[in-house]
Amino acid sequence: MSDQKDEKKTNRRDFLFTATTAAGAVGVGAAVWPLVDQMNPDASVKALASTEVDVGSMQPGQSLTVLWRGKPVFIKRRTDDEIKKARAVDINDLKHPEKDEDRAKNPEWLVMLGICTHLGCVPLTDKGDYDGWFCPCHGSHYDTSGRIRKGPAPTNMEIPKYEFVNTNTIKIG
Amino acid sequence: MSDHEYTPSSKFGKWFNDRLPLLTLANHLTDYPTPKNLNYWWTFGGILTFCLITQIVTGLVLAMHYIAHADMAFSSVEHIMRDVNYGWLLRYVHANGASMFFLAVYIHIFRSLFYGSYKSPREIIWILGIIIYLLMMAAAFMGYVLPWGQMSFWGATVITNLFSAIPLVGESITTWLWGGYSVDNPTLTRFFTLHYLIPFLILGLVVLHIWALHVPGNNNPVGIDIKKPSKDTVPFHPYIVIKDAFALLMFCIVFALFVFYQPNILGHADNYIEADPLVTPAHIVPEWYLLPFYAILRSVPDKLMGVVAMLSAILILAALPWLDTSKVRSAVFRPLFRQFYWILVADVLILGYVGAMPAEGLYLLIARVATAYYFAHFLIILPVLGWKEKTTPLPLSITEPVLGGSPNLAAARSDEKIEKTIK
Amino acid sequence: MIKLKNILFVLIFSIIVLNSSNSAEKSPPFLETKWTFKGLFGKFDRASLQRGYQVYTEVCASCHSMKYLTYRNLAERGGPEFSEAEAKAIAASFEVTDGPDSTGEMFVRPAKLSDKFVMPYANEQEAKAANGGAYPPDMSVLVKARKGGADYIYSLLLGYSEPPAGVELDDGVYYNKYMYGNKIKMPAPLSDDLIEYTDGTKATAEQMSKDVTNFLMWSAEPHLEQRHKTGFRVIAYLIILTVLVYFTMKKIWSRVEPKV
Repeated sequence: MSDQKDEKKTNRRDFLFTATTAAGAVGVGAAVWPLVDQMNPDASVKALASTEVDVGSMQPGQSLTVLWRGKPVFIKRRTDDEIKKARAVDINDLKHPEKDEDRAKNPEWLVMLGICTHLGCVPLTDKGDYDGWFCPCHGSHYDTSGRIRKGPAPTNMEIPKYEFVNTNTIKIG
Repeated sequence: MSDHEYTPSSKFGKWFNDRLPLLTLANHLTDYPTPKNLNYWWTFGGILTFCLITQIVTGLVLAMHYIAHADMAFSSVEHIMRDVNYGWLLRYVHANGASMFFLAVYIHIFRSLFYGSYKSPREIIWILGIIIYLLMMAAAFMGYVLPWGQMSFWGATVITNLFSAIPLVGESITTWLWGGYSVDNPTLTRFFTLHYLIPFLILGLVVLHIWALHVPGNNNPVGIDIKKPSKDTVPFHPYIVIKDAFALLMFCIVFALFVFYQPNILGHADNYIEADPLVTPAHIVPEWYLLPFYAILRSVPDKLMGVVAMLSAILILAALPWLDTSKVRSAVFRPLFRQFYWILVADVLILGYVGAMPAEGLYLLIARVATAYYFAHFLIILPVLGWKEKTTPLPLSITEPVLGGSPNLAAARSDEKIEKTIK
Repeated sequence: MIKLKNILFVLIFSIIVLNSSNSAEKSPPFLETKWTFKGLFGKFDRASLQRGYQVYTEVCASCHSMKYLTYRNLAERGGPEFSEAEAKAIAASFEVTDGPDSTGEMFVRPAKLSDKFVMPYANEQEAKAANGGAYPPDMSVLVKARKGGADYIYSLLLGYSEPPAGVELDDGVYYNKYMYGNKIKMPAPLSDDLIEYTDGTKATAEQMSKDVTNFLMWSAEPHLEQRHKTGFRVIAYLIILTVLVYFTMKKIWSRVEPKV
């Protein structure tokens, strides 16, 4: 009889201890979140998420590098020859198979993040074995569509979200 | 450190502990015998540890966004308040945290004064505490300069000019502190560096403070030496831990009320105006926690002597263990001392009040009287009281009544009961 | 008795704290208004904030900058909450200088959401020169930069009157009973029907003062609503945890004498 009573008492005490500890842990967890979240992009950084670029004066064959979210973006107005080269490739031969038609909706314009997918260097334009880009850091070769063809980089250069606001202006982001 | 040998139960534990006795330390801290009659005034040690950690953590995070440059400091603080995720919360916790820290440290100091915790064998703990307090003031002052508002700038100007009171080299020292011919960008960057450094010095001193505490063990409301461990003590964990946690939560509620509902009430409106070296605000007043010393500074008409008086007001505390000649620690058994204690408390509050008022007329007179009394308390009243005062009989232990059935045991347990027994 | 002293201690302390923060010069008591942003659950009156922005931009902005505000703030939660399209349109009605472009020239373009509020003067010197030597203060944090906060700003806007007998005023100086020293270089900025509110509210001087003060309070404390909301939750949580810890403590200390 008394044993049972004791047990009940213990249970109630255990419940109280557990509840208190759990409530305390929740509080500590909640208090840590602001400390973590403050390192995420702040409101002023997020507000700069899109950039508009005037490309009206660019001639075929010219390229432009602009800064978007602190990263270089390559804008290339490709020549017919370059487009032809990019579209002629059999995508089954590629390390990261992607059609040029998917990468450049408007074949004349290639807009991509100018960052080597290997370790984040900025490749050089109109260089390399495929006349596209060449990354001097570890020797990755990209073709005229920005696809990886040779070297250690695992994937093609990334295409950001962009749109033509009008014929002369590209909005990135 | 530990009173008994500790052997970890697991094999790995033993292997590790033989090489780095962290487990012995943890065991010492959890088992640490604590007098079981400690009242809530004793919880402020734990609360202060919490304050220090809160300040360091929020400060660290704010430093990720703050820019220590005269042209950008003010706007970087606004950037924190407006754009950084939870920036407003972090800054308000940090700014009000400083006030909470001082509130707690004043209670901690006055608890020590009441119960004679500074007396032998705890002098080193006390002196370490005074050094921590001085560093806290330095950190708080430099932190207040960082937002580079009007009060920051002119507060920095006034305080650094105190050094110019030093004969012969004063001017050179002030120029050296500024890194220029006035408070400017070099001053701001060095203050930021030091503001970042000092809390870690404080942290180190806190470790020493606690270490020194764990040698003789805690004083207690009765103020008599107790055997440890004994039936007069409880292990630190869980008894003191849970009690400290309870007090800490109450403290946090007050803290939260300030942070979320009156975040600027302890600050100054002028500090939301960007620093302007051409215009001095109408009233330059330090933060509330420095007001008593500010009043002492202004109550002396001579520049050098004012600075000396202000510094002495703090340093005199370091000599307290030798100025107070009474062998009895706790004020519970010192009826006369108790009266003077409360007069001192009132005196310091009055100094704080007149420190916020303009230094003229009646306020100045009150400040002078209160300053004189402050020093008289430590230099005259305490030493004399030590051999003139007739103390009431001490109990033999905190749980057993004194031989002859003195009612003081009950008195030691709670404050209300003391009064009843005296009447 | 000692308990009484403790209470006294807290009392004196709080009096000193309150007193030192209010130890202002003797100005008449502020005009009374009801602010919706005060109190435990205080929130801004959105319509009033939107009208307040209109007052700022049509009246104050010709002299006063708000350099810490960006146009995106106007659409952010807890503020006037203009729609994003409205905020974009507001931004586009201002011109900012940007550049240099690819030829190295600076150029003018319509403002975007990410741009800071356009300032009326290029710098402080120009502002002073245009205003008889007095610098119209930046209004981003003005409410927090003045003792009395919103009440003071509201009272000041309505505190203009003819100077009492014996007070001489120089040219370009006006009498305001709430201003420090009673002399102010800003002429009374608001008068009945000075502007026409887009939402049809009657633009009395009181209404405009209240609206623009609301707007300035928000600009000084853009996260006030979130602060109140979070604060209530934090304090409610702390109270619950305190109660739990209290009973846990009682339980633990029931093993020893004296109990807590």
